[in-house]
Amino acid sequence: MEPVDLDFEESELELPSEPMTLNMGPSHPAMHGTIRMVLTLEGEKIKQVDVQPGYLHRGFEKMCERGTWQQVFPYTDRLNYVSPLLNNVGYALAVEKLLGITVPRRCQLLRVILGELSRISDHLTCNGAMAMELGAFTPFLWFLKAREWAWDACEEQTGARLTHSFFRVGGAADAPTDRLEGMSRAILPKIQEVVDEGASLLLKNRIFLDRTQGVGILSREDALSMGASGPVLRCTGIDYDVRKDKPYLTYDEVDFDVPVGEDGDTYDRFMCRLEEIRQSARIIEQSLDLLNKIKPGTPDYAINVSDPRIVLPPKSEVYSTIEGTINHFKLIMEGIDVPPGEVYQYTEAGNGELGFLLVSRGGGNPWRVRVRGPCFFSLQCAKPMILGSMLADIIPAFGSINMIGGECDR
Amino acid sequence: MSKIILDRLVEKFGADVRETSSFRGDDVALIALSRWREAAEFVKSDPRCQCDYFVDLSVVDLCDPRTDDLDMEDRFEVYVIAYSVTKKHRVRLKTRTSGEDPRVPTLSAVWKGANWLEREAFDMYGVRFDGHPDLRRILMYEEFQGFPLRKEYPANKAQPLVAYREGTFDRLGPFLTDEGMPLNRGPSVDLLDPALPLDRAPRSDPND
Repeated sequence: MEPVDLDFEESELELPSEPMTLNMGPSHPAMHGTIRMVLTLEGEKIKQVDVQPGYLHRGFEKMCERGTWQQVFPYTDRLNYVSPLLNNVGYALAVEKLLGITVPRRCQLLRVILGELSRISDHLTCNGAMAMELGAFTPFLWFLKAREWAWDACEEQTGARLTHSFFRVGGAADAPTDRLEGMSRAILPKIQEVVDEGASLLLKNRIFLDRTQGVGILSREDALSMGASGPVLRCTGIDYDVRKDKPYLTYDEVDFDVPVGEDGDTYDRFMCRLEEIRQSARIIEQSLDLLNKIKPGTPDYAINVSDPRIVLPPKSEVYSTIEGTINHFKLIMEGIDVPPGEVYQYTEAGNGELGFLLVSRGGGNPWRVRVRGPCFFSLQCAKPMILGSMLADIIPAFGSINMIGGECDR
Repeated sequence: MSKIILDRLVEKFGADVRETSSFRGDDVALIALSRWREAAEFVKSDPRCQCDYFVDLSVVDLCDPRTDDLDMEDRFEVYVIAYSVTKKHRVRLKTRTSGEDPRVPTLSAVWKGANWLEREAFDMYGVRFDGHPDLRRILMYEEFQGFPLRKEYPANKAQPLVAYREGTFDRLGPFLTDEGMPLNRGPSVDLLDPALPLDRAPRSDPND
């Protein structure tokens, strides 16, 4: 019998493969938020990808130009709807920068505390959802349980679970409630416990590690030139955090660390967010201490700036005095009279640098409200992250970007 | 705020830096359109600026339709914000282009991130970025008419999500002939009457 000649050229053994176009999204179960990816695949390898955002575009910037300066707040709640208070803070600070005012210290601390609670809920959602998409359902449920506690505290203060619209130009809607401190101090250790427990299920799990380590790598150069921020930037080893690099509110008075990654992969983004939850808890604890040190009756103790051209009069005055009624009417109907000018104010939101470019031509309506939503920039990094990797790697890489449709598509 | 970048820009570009300002601590420089790209490259690569981090790029419409001509000179103000993670300073560069034919050189080769942001600016304002590798709409859909963030675009204007097109039935492919062909009307398809030739079949026009 003749021996079979097995000495083929390697190329002859390969099956002929035609690139295949695959449409992923906009309503794919793993594409939380609405996003579409048109993929060109060779086998399971991603040869080319076109990421298409925009399915949740509501015309945020156009809507803002129609109303008064104060009427933008409810819209900002719906940008990153997992951490609405951070957006409220960002916008309030931007208008205040344009006006050239600073809010009293007690309000600043309240903004920090509620903002950090929102950041915790944001990171819990992102990490939980990412783990769930990799098949780990339990940590997701635990993280959401912890998120619920953070929202309980926000609800105690603002009266709303999700769309708070709590902060105002020149202050806040209300002073800190009596129960806020107690609730915050009680939930922080509980949240940390749940986070540690959830993480321990994942971080010794071979499947989770294999699917996140070395997956979705973003290079430092790409991250910088594409404007990635927040954990997506910090996972590459760049320690850019607005709270440290250009401190606003009272962030320069509290002690906290900025965790950075090394490899820029999905695992590093996951770990950055885990650590940031702990750091946020530290910030809240210290801010609550600082809040208690403010003596009642001092100017620091006020919650709003004392300028009737900016802040609404108390309701008792509105209903009992003619001056109060007129003041209230003028502010509501005509808006705050913001002097002409143009500013760019940026804060560290859940996903990174949230910027507002405001242009005023005087009067009660904004001329231009531009939002620099960090997701939009991080999402652009999805292409270099997943190009050349396997189809299944899209799921963890995309999950770790934390694309929030409301903020990305505006 | 350090004004190093503004000083360096004035030093290098002279009168082509039309104006500089530091309102509320934001360093801003208005650059002549002809040197837009050069200025961006300069702030990125100059060793004393090193603005390698791309922050934002967008447009401000300076035209007030109630008083100004829509085709006015210097109608659209394109701005880009760049930051240096090593030097920790940032700058906002601006340039202006006309309302008649808004064109600005692309910065997508300077910072990769400008790619999507210029697409968004084109989508919203209709500013064309010369040399952009892939200038198409990004947030709106292809069929959308007009540029929504321009000041003259009415905020309450409604458009059909996808415009009614004459060729809607083309997707039926080879089945569509002049003689007409009976199609299964299905339980929920009420587009065609099988007794009529297709080109005379009644269609519902969503624009009616």
